[in-house]
Amino acid sequence: MDTSFLIQTLASIVAASTPVVLASIGETISEKSGVINLSLDGSIALSAMTAFAVAFTTGSVTLGILAAMAVGAFVALVVAFASITLRQQQVAVGFVLTLLCADLADFLGTPFVRKPGPEMPHLPVPYLSAIPLIGPILFDHNLFIYLSMLSIVATWWYIYKTQPGLKLQGVGERPEAAFARGVNVNRLRYLYCVVGGALVGLAGASYSLSIKLGWSHRHTFGIGWIALAIVIFGGWNPWRVAAGAYLFGLFKALGSILQRNPAFSGVPTQIFASAPFALMIFALLLVSSEGVDRLLALLPVRLARALDRAMRGRPPGGLGKPFVQG
Amino acid sequence: MRVSKLTDILLTLAPLPLALAFTSLALLIVGGSPLEAYRQILAGAFESPAKVADVVTACVPLVLCGAGLCVTFTAGLWNVGVEGQIILGAIFATWVARHILWPQAPVLTLMVLAGMLGGALWGMLAGLLKVYGRVHEIFGGLGLNYVAQGLVIWLIFNPWKRAEGATMQGTDPFPAPAWMPTLGRLRVAPLAVILALAALVVIYFALRGTRWGLELKALGKNFRAAFLLGVPSTPRMLTAFAVCGALAGLAGAIRCSAVYGRLIPEISGGLGYLSLLVALLSAYRPQWVPPIALFFAALGVGSPRLELNLQLDSSIGGVTEASVVLAVLLVNGWRALLARRRALQEEAA
Repeated sequence: MDTSFLIQTLASIVAASTPVVLASIGETISEKSGVINLSLDGSIALSAMTAFAVAFTTGSVTLGILAAMAVGAFVALVVAFASITLRQQQVAVGFVLTLLCADLADFLGTPFVRKPGPEMPHLPVPYLSAIPLIGPILFDHNLFIYLSMLSIVATWWYIYKTQPGLKLQGVGERPEAAFARGVNVNRLRYLYCVVGGALVGLAGASYSLSIKLGWSHRHTFGIGWIALAIVIFGGWNPWRVAAGAYLFGLFKALGSILQRNPAFSGVPTQIFASAPFALMIFALLLVSSEGVDRLLALLPVRLARALDRAMRGRPPGGLGKPFVQG
Repeated sequence: MRVSKLTDILLTLAPLPLALAFTSLALLIVGGSPLEAYRQILAGAFESPAKVADVVTACVPLVLCGAGLCVTFTAGLWNVGVEGQIILGAIFATWVARHILWPQAPVLTLMVLAGMLGGALWGMLAGLLKVYGRVHEIFGGLGLNYVAQGLVIWLIFNPWKRAEGATMQGTDPFPAPAWMPTLGRLRVAPLAVILALAALVVIYFALRGTRWGLELKALGKNFRAAFLLGVPSTPRMLTAFAVCGALAGLAGAIRCSAVYGRLIPEISGGLGYLSLLVALLSAYRPQWVPPIALFFAALGVGSPRLELNLQLDSSIGGVTEASVVLAVLLVNGWRALLARRRALQEEAA
């Protein structure tokens, strides 16, 4: 295998992982503050459709992206309103919104199905893209990909290294304690749920304006559920969540290489399409099952502890629970 | 007090007009006429006995899965895997149809039983993943849905492909004994309707009048308390998954035996997700499942006409269905909020 092929493959993995990275980082922000936005799969579909439809109609990619982010943020706002203000089950609201947004995307997107349309312009980063190996893999893409990488670093830095980030963790982990210290828990939850939703919208835009151009029926095929699972797999830590997203991209790339192999030519594409979901179950088992606990117990204590810390994460203490503010 | 009672009644009825307003908005955005669209949907669902028969047929899987989901929801479980459980039921029933060449009565009996077994096993798998693998049933179930979808397509394209070659049209038609008899020239199988109603009655009484039902309720209301009081949580949860899976599998067997007479890739086609909406709307009370299923089935049968006559996508039916459920959640929350405010005011006074 020659290096140019390898570089090309790695670059395409980095690019193809973009929507999953953006969506799972967005969801991490929301869940870190205590709100599960389960609507991701529908929200991504609706924002992807919106991005393409707006960009197609106005000719402006920028407007398409902004519209998609607004859609993602609005869906998250509905989740926040229903679960925080109205105290309905977060999971129920999110699930219904998933179906609603998916059908809405199908319905409103009909005029745009399989139309050729605008695309996010290619934008190599000056100087950086000239670095051998790293340049073509990381810095020879479009703005979406850079934003997705930036979102990982920025989210990690914000959550773990800044004062407001500490409050974010507080309202998610121990809302009572945060409230006792004078933090307006529910206002912050609203804020971070909506910010996370905007990133989910950006993920949708990156899908229809860059990764899989245009719009069609079931265009975003289950990617939102994958992103939700990756947040769990990554233990609610931006770096590990991102690693999970890229790992997933790697497996998908391997899948499509296999698919092109003549030995698999008789296998219908739908089987390759459902393989990621088997992988999703397996990945979740790996980070949470009792069986893995028992396997870890067989290892030397220090190795087991290190592995446990590297692989597993605990959900925020207040995740999914409404907080009754005095 | 009288005023608040009136508000109460208005709020109970509010979700339907809210959902219709939202649907109308979507129709207006694409330049359609809402009134004409609703007229077409109604006509598409009820204009002839054949259409009414189609609506009843579409009701059957929704009633079966809706009743099954009342069981899992009562136990506090999100059995999102119904879609896959329908598919597995259809696969098991298809195996019987292709391999057991007996007279009609035993073949149909076996198909129904095999379908229930397939669905129950797939449901149990989601339950086992939850109990022993600590994989939340939403992710386990969803993953298994996609796996089931891949499995059915693999079967149709490989071992069960048509004599003249594999297509997305599905397998070869079943031998005649594996077709569930329909009512004259209508596409409704009385046996399917009877099975669905029987299942509904059984679930109604099982949830109300048995220890098993009571224990499921206890687990759903307060898992920890029920567990500490000695409710065997693992077997109860697994049986809940199995019962719901069996009913979904039965729905799958009926779909391929009574509706298509073969196995097709879209054998479920989202019915599982739709039945989750039915169950949510019923607030897990089986007696409410049939009328809600009827409403959803009418939308489902009626809306394809929009594509023929108004060039609008039929997914608008799904928009209405989901927005009704969302409106119910929002209105319920709103009422609770008003009640809390009122209680606070009375406390202050």
